[in-house]
Amino acid sequence: MNSLSQKEIIIGIGGVLAFALAACLPLVDQGYYLSLAVNITLYAALCTAWTLFSGPTHYVSLATAAFFGLGTYAVALWVDVLPFPLLVAFGALAAGALAGIVGAATLRLSGVYFVIFTLGLAELVRQIVTWAQATFTTRMGLYVFTDLREMHIFWMLLALTAVIFLTGWLINRSRLGFAMRIIGDDETVARHVGIDTAKSKIVLFIISGAFIGIAGAICAPRYGYIQPTSAFNPMTSFLVVIMALLGGTRKLWGPIVGVIPFVILMDFITVRFSNYMPVAMGLSFLAIVFLLPNGVTGRLEQAWNKFQSRKSAPSSTETAA
Amino acid sequence: MKRRTLFAAAICAAGLTLAPAAFAQDVIKIGASAPKTGPLGGGGAMTHWPNIELWVHEINEAGGLQVGDRQMTIELIEYDDQTNPEIAIQNIQRLATIDNVDFIVTPYSTGINIATAPMIAQHGYPHITTSAATDGVAEFAQRWPNSFWMLGTATQLAVGAVEAFSKLRDAGEIGDTVALLYVGDAFGQEHINAAKPLLLEAGFDIVYEASYPFGTQDVAPIIAAAKAAEPDSFMAFSYPGDTFALTEQAQIQGLEVGAFYTGVGTAFPSFRDRFGDAAEGIMGIGGVNLDDPKVADYFDRHEELTGSEPDYWASATTYAGLQVLAQAIEETGSLDRAAVIETIQNGTFDTVIGTIDFVDNVNPNVWTVGQWRDGKFVAVAADGIAVGAEPVVKPAW
Repeated sequence: MNSLSQKEIIIGIGGVLAFALAACLPLVDQGYYLSLAVNITLYAALCTAWTLFSGPTHYVSLATAAFFGLGTYAVALWVDVLPFPLLVAFGALAAGALAGIVGAATLRLSGVYFVIFTLGLAELVRQIVTWAQATFTTRMGLYVFTDLREMHIFWMLLALTAVIFLTGWLINRSRLGFAMRIIGDDETVARHVGIDTAKSKIVLFIISGAFIGIAGAICAPRYGYIQPTSAFNPMTSFLVVIMALLGGTRKLWGPIVGVIPFVILMDFITVRFSNYMPVAMGLSFLAIVFLLPNGVTGRLEQAWNKFQSRKSAPSSTETAA
Repeated sequence: MKRRTLFAAAICAAGLTLAPAAFAQDVIKIGASAPKTGPLGGGGAMTHWPNIELWVHEINEAGGLQVGDRQMTIELIEYDDQTNPEIAIQNIQRLATIDNVDFIVTPYSTGINIATAPMIAQHGYPHITTSAATDGVAEFAQRWPNSFWMLGTATQLAVGAVEAFSKLRDAGEIGDTVALLYVGDAFGQEHINAAKPLLLEAGFDIVYEASYPFGTQDVAPIIAAAKAAEPDSFMAFSYPGDTFALTEQAQIQGLEVGAFYTGVGTAFPSFRDRFGDAAEGIMGIGGVNLDDPKVADYFDRHEELTGSEPDYWASATTYAGLQVLAQAIEETGSLDRAAVIETIQNGTFDTVIGTIDFVDNVNPNVWTVGQWRDGKFVAVAADGIAVGAEPVVKPAW
């Protein structure tokens, strides 16, 4: 086990402080700002979980809604008979299992097939759930009534985000993380140096999917009424990709940089220009792809490197002279 | 001296800024969050928003509501929930804690009403729902005593459909066989659960039964199969998209039945416009009693102000729900929300859909089945309220 560098310790302490500070929010406001914070935290968790897999591999997954919906359904189906924490674990297992099956089937394929497949996956799962419910049960909408208030959901999502971060950091330090970076750079090279690329990708896809499933499970009590159409909403998948790309997926903390302004911006548009929501969404997607291909963090990194080289350039000419 | 003038000026300025503040209190802030975009954007634009517009316009035109000894006009704050429960909850929070509205009008659709109900209850607002027809209403009313349910239950609607069919059958107008279809979601499931046993009990013979997934585009095979079973009547618990598609296919394939019933969407004016004379005699969820001068007057006012005809089901109920809120505020004589909730629970209200007297927070009197007759969707079955006409057999396409 490598020991921690001083820089890592400082970042770690800073991170813990930031999370502790965020956790105090419900003590200050239980109204609108808490609601906004729940949405931000939800997407922070989803985008970071998404980046765990899609960041290093560069495989764009549109399956977020499928995992999220499964987590939601795990809670909705058994909320009256089993304790909530157990159901959250169920959600993680179900989503992880789905990710495993899908991963095994598709991750041997290259990029674009994977994107198309994941896009269809949420729809496929939704239809299966609908069919199963219509065939085996007599009611379709499921009610999730619990005593959990908005602040509890906020704390759970915040804790989930912290765990995702920790997991991401541990993966980065592990052999798996190293393997992923090589795969991301050049999959053929990775295979030639003896990395089991398929297995590595599947493992990471499962981890990422399970976290998204947990997020769905946590959100089920917030919706109250679970239907296939709302649980497997394809919009979730697209929003996650947009926000993660806005932030940048090269760094673990990249997506958060995208999530916070994006959620606030969407909220602003909802209030001011509610009739132009879909247009605003499409334009922002285009703007991100064209103007910020590596996200905000990528742009920052670029600027930082430029700044560094400019600073070192004059000094090197001096020594030469 | 100079300082004194300045001071006096400051006092004047303060007085000036205070004066409008005192006037501002004679405004009731009402919040609304419902879909303008997303899957239910169309439904919201037809059934929900025009009624809010009409209601606010009429009250302000009349000089406002009489609240105690004050005359208060309405200021409306509206947000789009994009048909997304997350956004809807956030909108309710914003209305309650940032805009500090005095009252909130109901969101749109069963799902979003239920998702926002805990939040509306938490802030203590009355929640008068007018777009949720489900069998869970008694349970919801008990769970959230601040919530009121006006559109009836799936069972009521199904009972009405079976009653209308039975009347025609008992009069010898149609035979015993019926083809039964339903959309495979909560709505279809609840209706079929209620309707099927009732049909069998009434002595109907179900010769064809099928469900189809929500969002099905091609219903031609379903209609072909139904036609092959040669039914005397046709009953489908469908949504707007499939209501139009099923009717179209039935017309194309010549499915001739004496009673043709489809679900949500049949009551839309656009349904009549789409099918023209072929719509004559088709039955569906909803209906209103246009013989009632109050209803007829409401239809005229709605068309005049918003430029569009209201739909013949939930529109009048939506407007009635707003009337209940306004009357309850006036009767309470204050903006005290808990007192207004109590007034709604115990009072009776005179609305476009008749006298509303909530029984355990549920309005039991609803029109259940309408039938297109000369371009109007007339109520032919109802629970606890007068119908506009008796059902008649459907002419050939």
